[in-house]
Amino acid sequence: MSGAVVAPAPLTGPQKRPWRVRTREARFATMLLIPSVVVVFGIVLYPILRTLYTSFFDVESALPGDFPFVGLENYGKIIGDGAVWSAVGRTAYFTFFSTALEIGLGIGLAVLLNAPLRLRWLFRAIVVLPWALPTIVNAQMWRFILNSEYGALNALLTQLHIIDTYQSWLGSPFLALNMVALADVWKNTPLVAFFLLAGLQTIPSDLHEAAVVDGASVWQRFWRITMPLLKSSILVVLVLRTIEAFKVFDIIYVMTRGGPANGTQSIAYFTYVRAFSDQNFGYGSALSYLIVIVILVLAVFYIRALRSTTANEI
Amino acid sequence: MSALTPSRRYRVFVHLMAVVVSVLILAPFGWLVIASIANDNDLLSKPLHWIPQHPTFDRYLQIFTAQGDNVFAGFRAGLLNSVIVASVTVLVSTVVGVFGAYAFARLRFRGRRAVLLFFLSTYMVPPIALVIPMYLVMVQLHLLDTTLGLIVVYSSFATPFVLWIMGNYFQTIPVELEEAARIDGCSRLGALFRVILPLARPGLLAMMLFAFLIAWDEFLYALIFTSTAASKTIPVAISEFTGRYTTNFGLQAAGGVLAALPPVILAAIFQRQIVGGLSGGAVKG
Repeated sequence: MSGAVVAPAPLTGPQKRPWRVRTREARFATMLLIPSVVVVFGIVLYPILRTLYTSFFDVESALPGDFPFVGLENYGKIIGDGAVWSAVGRTAYFTFFSTALEIGLGIGLAVLLNAPLRLRWLFRAIVVLPWALPTIVNAQMWRFILNSEYGALNALLTQLHIIDTYQSWLGSPFLALNMVALADVWKNTPLVAFFLLAGLQTIPSDLHEAAVVDGASVWQRFWRITMPLLKSSILVVLVLRTIEAFKVFDIIYVMTRGGPANGTQSIAYFTYVRAFSDQNFGYGSALSYLIVIVILVLAVFYIRALRSTTANEI
Repeated sequence: MSALTPSRRYRVFVHLMAVVVSVLILAPFGWLVIASIANDNDLLSKPLHWIPQHPTFDRYLQIFTAQGDNVFAGFRAGLLNSVIVASVTVLVSTVVGVFGAYAFARLRFRGRRAVLLFFLSTYMVPPIALVIPMYLVMVQLHLLDTTLGLIVVYSSFATPFVLWIMGNYFQTIPVELEEAARIDGCSRLGALFRVILPLARPGLLAMMLFAFLIAWDEFLYALIFTSTAASKTIPVAISEFTGRYTTNFGLQAAGGVLAALPPVILAAIFQRQIVGGLSGGAVKG
């Protein structure tokens, strides 16, 4: 999906109020929430449950009909299917590689965005660009730049005498996977940076001023003040990026269609192929629940970590 | 940073890095723009001509004027569909979501946290897990291959997002301001419209921009639910074209530039609000 995100930062509730006020408030709250509930659950609840239901049947077509109930057989098949595990492995690699780079570069970029720059507004407007670029256009752009015959990257690198033969950037499985990840990094690092910049701006400047008085270097201030205070923002962004990266589909669809030799087939792309090209909906449904489960595990794991770091700070 | 006087070396370093980053960001996108106006011979030449010798705006012109059922008209239809789908989605999810966000930010009710988590959990489910049954429902409701169908689906995932961002943003606005208005005779809703929303404008703008981007960017549902120019969005039009005409780089690039323009222009205009919206809405609880 898109680069825009939802942050699971803790919401703090309003103060306790008398009981009568609270029932009146509850009724009012219900009224206010009904439209959202209708729009969201009216549309997604049925599909969520339906997919779970379908995952217990041997469904070989999109059309409704009578299909044999197979219980957990589809899930059993997943465990025995080597192709699933290689797709999971590639997705894990993609997720780790892209998220790590995005966070690392994002921290640097956030510090830079916060630095005393001339023409800062211009720099910010430039940094916004990849974030606003639609994912499909980003994918198409990189596919075009990385083209082995006419791509700009090969032309640039040979004209600068860095390489002397044209490389097939998307031609071998592992290299292609890394290239797709780099295209993802190019697009999403600005988002990470803007998130972290928001965190940076909440750090009171007198902390840095005091450290300067005490003779701390830029480097020391970064590690001793900025990083610790940025930790919870970093974790939030880590959660969001990991979840998004694990669902990666669009960029792969356009850049490589899962190839070469399935080298860039992520688990979401693999599920898409199973469900739509092979018309194996029961299996496809079970696979998509596998993604849901992995994401939930990751989310719980991260939220725990998030809680413990925020607890440490207070 | 007021009392700090960063050393000269640091300042030079920072500016140098800003230039490097700007080049890394602008170069690929700049190449897309150049390719969209270079003629095919320049694009397929070796060594590559970086500066087009005969720049042409023909592709853009054709996209906007070509008649009949062709790829140019397809891009144009896609752009129009995307504008409609994204704008209406923003409208629906904002109107619906702002009320809900207010409830989460200001009211106390049973199951508040659980309902909120439920909303957010819909965001974690990959679209691939919802798309098959949704497709069947779309068929039954005759919403397949319509922009309305896409708007309905997009609103369902843009709304939790509005709830979350605006809910957090509303909390950063002091309750006292609202209470003062209510003492002066405002109802709760009156205070929401007259006090909270005007104060939340930066957050509101940022949130609407994000919602627009989500809808503009969406691909999987559009890929599966749309089949003709009646509803195909621009990402679908582009992906189909890119898949089919692998070496027509010029036209690929022109379509890409046009698809990128609306969100890029909006983001450039509202860049201040993006950072403000994030700091007010998302990171702080």
